[in-house]
Formats: sequence, C-alpha cells, structure tokens
Amino acid sequence: MEFIRNFPALSIVLAMMAAIVSSALKGKWAKWLNLIVIIVIMILSGCVLVYTYQLGDSFVYTMGRFSAPWGNEIRAGVLEAIMALFFCVIMLLSLLGGRRHFYIDVEPSRHSLYYIMTNLLLSSLLALVYTNDLFTAYVFVEINTISACGLIMVVQNGRTIEAAIRYMIMSLLGSSLFLIGICILYDITGNLLMTSIYQEVVKIVADGTYTVPLVIAIALLTTGLAIKSALYPFHSWLPDAYGYSTISSSAMLSSLVSKGYIFLVIKIIFRVIGFTQFHDSKIINIIFVFGLLGMIMGSLNAIWENDIMRMIAFSSVAQIGYIYMGFGLGTREGMVAAIFHILSHAATKALLFVSAMGLRDVSGGSKRFIDLTGAGYRNVLAGVGFTVGALSMVGIPAFSGFVSKLLFGQAAVINEGKMLPTLIVLAISTVLNAIYFMKTVIRIYTKEETEYSTINELKHPNYAISITMFIVLNLVLGLASEPILNLVEYGLVMFE
Amino acid sequence: MSKLRPQKDYEKTAAFRFWSWLEGKKDPYVGTLEMKEQKEFRESKVAAVERVIDHEKLHDKIYDMEKNKEQKFFRVFYKISAIILCVVVIAALILCASYLPEVGNASNPTNNDTMKRYVEKGMEETGVVNTVTGMILNYRGFDTFGETCVLFIASSCVMILLMMSEEKLRANETPDFEPKDDLILQTIANLLVPILMIFGFYVIVNGHLSPGGGFSGGAIIGSGLILYSSAFGEKKIRRFFNEHVYKCIKVTALILYGCIMTYHFYTGANGIENLIPMGTVGNIISAGMIFYINLFVGSEVACTIYSFYALFKRGGL
Repeated sequence: MEFIRNFPALSIVLAMMAAIVSSALKGKWAKWLNLIVIIVIMILSGCVLVYTYQLGDSFVYTMGRFSAPWGNEIRAGVLEAIMALFFCVIMLLSLLGGRRHFYIDVEPSRHSLYYIMTNLLLSSLLALVYTNDLFTAYVFVEINTISACGLIMVVQNGRTIEAAIRYMIMSLLGSSLFLIGICILYDITGNLLMTSIYQEVVKIVADGTYTVPLVIAIALLTTGLAIKSALYPFHSWLPDAYGYSTISSSAMLSSLVSKGYIFLVIKIIFRVIGFTQFHDSKIINIIFVFGLLGMIMGSLNAIWENDIMRMIAFSSVAQIGYIYMGFGLGTREGMVAAIFHILSHAATKALLFVSAMGLRDVSGGSKRFIDLTGAGYRNVLAGVGFTVGALSMVGIPAFSGFVSKLLFGQAAVINEGKMLPTLIVLAISTVLNAIYFMKTVIRIYTKEETEYSTINELKHPNYAISITMFIVLNLVLGLASEPILNLVEYGLVMFE
Repeated sequence: MSKLRPQKDYEKTAAFRFWSWLEGKKDPYVGTLEMKEQKEFRESKVAAVERVIDHEKLHDKIYDMEKNKEQKFFRVFYKISAIILCVVVIAALILCASYLPEVGNASNPTNNDTMKRYVEKGMEETGVVNTVTGMILNYRGFDTFGETCVLFIASSCVMILLMMSEEKLRANETPDFEPKDDLILQTIANLLVPILMIFGFYVIVNGHLSPGGGFSGGAIIGSGLILYSSAFGEKKIRRFFNEHVYKCIKVTALILYGCIMTYHFYTGANGIENLIPMGTVGNIISAGMIFYINLFVGSEVACTIYSFYALFKRGGL
C-alpha cells in the first residue's frame, strides 16, 4: 500500500494530538502549534487530492486491525479531499484575520483553551468528511458541537453565554434526533457501515418491509442535521451565536461548522440512503420548501437588522436555504450546484465577517450602520474586502456567488416540476440580497466628516494577508470555476 | 561622538540613545506614554433618565398581559403548537417502533455476521474475556478515541466557562463552600475513600476480564476524590492533587493513548505485525494494548470527573 493512503487518518489523528498537546502549552506556543498543524494538514489533504485524482477512484482505509463491518474505516476520494483542503484554508485565513481581535476579546489564560477547541474542530470536520461509518460520524458531530460552543463562549459576556446556551440546546436536540435516526436505521439494517447500510436499504425498498421506519429514520437524520446547520425554521440560535462571538469564531462557525453537517447530509443522501431512494421519498419536497422559505425569510430578516454582524449572520440563513434548495431539486445538477455553493459561501462569508470587523474598528467599535458611514475610506482594505464579499453574495459575474447562482438556475431549468418556484424565489432572493448588501456598501462609501481615525491595514500583516487571500479565493472560484466544477463532478461520481 | 562611524549612522545606534538619555537630552517616554484625551460620553444625564423611563414604559406596555393581545395570543399559540408538535413526534416514533423488528428474534437484521464474529472470535482476536471491552477498544477503537476526546473537550469547555485566574482564586477564598469539619462525614470518608480508590483501580485493571473498564473505574476514582475533597476541604486535596498534577496526568494519559491508537491504526492498515505482546487470555497483563488503554482512559476520566466538581465549586482546581 502506498504511504499516501495513510494521510487522511494521519491528518485526523494529528489534529486530535495537537489539541491534547495544546492543553499543556502556553497560549503563544499553542498558537504556533495550531498554525503548523493546519498547514501540515493542508499539505496532506492536497496530496490526497492529487493522489485520488490520479488514481481515478476513492480508497478505503481501515482504522485498526479489523476490516470494515467489524472495525472502523474511512474513505477518501476527490470530493472529500477538496473539502478537507478547503476547510483547512478557510480555517487558517479566518484565524489569521481575527488574530488582532482575538487578543482584545479573549483573556490570556484562555488562549490555549481556544486553540484546543480549534484543533478539535478541525479534527472533527476532517472525520466528518472522511468517515464511512455512521456512528463515527455521530461521535465527531458531538465533538464538533461542543467545540463550537467553546468557540462562541470564549468571549466572556452575557450575550455570548446566552448565545452559547441557545446553540447548545438547539444543537443537542439536533444530535439526539440524529442519534435516534441512527438507532432506527441500525435496527432495520443491522449495520453502521455506510456501504452495508446502503445495500440493506436497497433490499428493504425492494421487499417493501420496514418502509415506515425507513422513512422516519431518513426524516430524523435530515431534521437533526438541518437543525444543526440552521435551515430556516431552526435558525433562531444562529444570529446571536455568529454576531457576538470573537471574529475568528464567527467566521469559522459560519463557514466551517455548518458546512461540516451539510457535507454529512450529502454523505447520507448518497452513501446511506442512496440517491434514487432519497429522490423517491417525499422528504425531498419538504427540504425543498424549507430551503425556499429560508432563502426569502433569511434575507428579509437581514434587511430588518440594524447590526452589521447580525445582518451577515442572517444572510447565512438565506445561503443555507440555497444549499438545501439544491438538495431538494433532486437532480445531480442540483447537487453539484449545492456543493459548489458550499465552497463559495464558505469563502465569501468568512471574508464578510473579517472585513466587517475591520470596518467596525475604524468606527469606534460600533456595529450600527449609522456609525459605519464612510468606513470604507478609513480602512481601505476592509472596505474592498467587504465590497467583494457583498458583490459575490449578490451574484455579480466574476465573483464566486454568480457561478453558484447560475448553476442553481441551470439545475432548476432541467427539473420540470420545480423550475418555476425555484427561479422565482431565486430572483426574489437575489433582489433582497442586493438590497441589504448594497445598502451597506453604499453606506461605507458615503463620505462624511467624522472623528474616527483611519487604519492602515498594511501595518497588520496577518489581517492584510487574510483579506487578500480571501479576495483571491473568491475570484478564483468565480473566474476559474470550470476546472473546480469538473473536479466536483468527478468527485461526486466517485463518491457513490 | 564616535570616531569610527559618521554622525548619521551613529545616531541610530543604541549607544547614542543611551548617552543622550544619560545626558538628559531626550526622554524616551515623551510622546509615547502620555495621557490621551478621553472621548466624552455623549448621553446627558437627563437623556439617560428619560431613556430608562421610556424603556420601562415600553416594557410595561409590552408585558401587560391583560391588555396586550399579541402577547396573550403568542403565549397561548406557543403552548398549543409546542404540545401539538410533541404529540406528533411522539406518535410518529411510537408508530415507527411498532414496525420495528421484535426484540430477541433470531432472524432480526441485527443478528448478522458482524455480531457473530464479535461473539465467536472476540476472545481469540483481541485477547479479552469481556467482549464489550474488546469491541469498544479494539474493533471500534477509533470511535472510543473520539469519545475520550469528547470528555476532554467537555472539561476544556467547562474550564473556559468557569476557570478563574490564580490571583482571583487566591483573593476569593470562599469559606461558605468549605466543609466545617463534620465528624460524621469525615469518619465515613475515612472508611470509604480508600475502598473507592482501590475498587476503582480494580475495575480499571480488570476491564478486559470482567464488566467495567476505564470509563466506569475512572468515574469511581473520581467520586472518591470528590468525597475526599468535600469531607476534608480544598487545602488537603490540593496537597496531592492540584492543577499541575491534573494537567500532567491528563496530558500524559491522552498523549500515550493517542500514540497507541496511531500505532494501532498505522500497523493495522499497513499489515505490519503488532509488537505489543498479547499475553495469555485471563491474566491481568494481557490483551495487548487494551490493558494500557484502560489505564489511560481511567486516569483521564477520574481527572475529568473531579475537575468538573472542583470547577463548579470554586472555579479552579
């Protein structure tokens, strides 16, 4: 066996070990360890991507001495490697961009604890991406939940504690529904390994036995993960959690944590339930409707908001709605569009959070729009970053958001029954997006005499690198979408 | 004045700055450490009072349950919809349960090859008598490593929330929570604590032979520590179990556990021979890595359980 096949398992274990070691280190050393580990895992994931692309197939790696139905196993393919690489990049840039505020917001005694959370978050994301076993997925969903709570409440004030408690309650509800779903699925199929469950599910559907438990299990699994990734009616925990935490946490929560769960949904759709079975079940229509609702309601809530951080957070609700709408279309094109939107949203939302923070810095730390007037002139780099993010979210060509919207539109046209509602809602949602994002962009580029000082971001290299790299990432996703799309499609074929 | 360098270069050196400071030419603090003007708080006192009054009026108006129809409607609607939702979910789950395979039926889907191998070959392949331990620590070792990390991260999270800094801890000695030399409690603790410790250790080292293992044994030891600290007070337990010891035990145990698991994954997947001796089935030191893992998990769990108690009680170990 080639040595490269060890890399996925190695990267998961490396992140976990880094978390353990961080608990004995001082904050400064934990920071460097975290940085090194993320970069190393990024390189490992890149190697896996190249290897699986050349191999033309995904490979299975046994975690231990006993092969799959008895032991644990992980499976890596092109799609998984893309996700792992992308998560590492976003995490690295978010941490860099928020570092200056991290020192202001967080007490020094809690620095190393924060890096424990980040390392374990990374390990759980990687495990969710690579795992081929439903119970392993549950264990790491748990780690993901707790580390996200830690990331929220590392800033100690009433608002964040409240937000963390809300997040905890909603998230644990989601976890328990997910667990009940796994139990039912295990009871009727006798397996926890995704591949074996899939074979049994095909048999069950053909025989007609256990149809009711199967439908309920699918419903519980999807509802549980939908709650955790803040699909529209379950979004109440989101604005506070994203809006009040320290900036790296907000960026990571919005672009990584929820995306990990969404990737698990994709995995369940393709590997556990099977795409055709999922397509035939009525649950897909429910997901579709809630996705559409989320697209509109999230945007409306964002328009009503008078706090820039919460506005961006509500915009996440709308974007999650887009992704679930793509699942709900029930076609392969819709799936590809949804996966591309995961990438594009992750790159854009983190950029928006980080640059909004820069705008706040030059407005006396205020989050209200009235104080942000002219902030784009006072902090040029953050202004440019915010504008790029906003244009991308609205869907202007050359930015990543445009490509995903185009893909959603194309996918909708192919699907006859759902074409009209999708296109109408897509149009409405785009207009609403434009209303609140352009309002902000115009606001930050309105000249006004203020007493606030300007910041030259070039003096803060971490921040400058982070914003620049995010902008580049956005442009790459927007302009060079063709090869990335091909890669995603190639990975999706391999994924099943 | 320097003779070796031109004046301009010399002015940049530390020596020049030192001499000029010594001669009183330049004060390094001028311009760097001066007070900056404070920004004035904009709200006047009258406005603040008005704002509070307005807020209270609004608050009273909103929460006036007799007149505010929206509030009333919302409360009733919320209760009813919550009840309906719960009833629907319960009904769906009960319906689902009635369709599930009967318990204990031999032809159930769960009684398949996976189960068979665990029961029939478990002892031979993993070297344990207690098959459950073999399943969680060897067959599905990755899950259990994750589960241990859940405990680890949970204790870290509680630390983020409740941990106070050392100075605060020293300044904030809270005698309310300290035991008042209760004779009954101390006598019982004297009797029970040694038994709890020994029993916990017994459960841990016999994890692969009899029911129990790292998680349960660690919880027993942890409860022993809690009993000791609540009977004799913080000061006595801190003589042998303070934050430093806690960190050492926790980190060492987890790192060794992680190393064993990495070794296990690597050798297992690559087909390399396992170098950890298996021993004879039934002995205390047998079952290869499982015995050591139980030890590490046990110490980690004991530390975590006690740390929860200490953090909730006084905000530090």
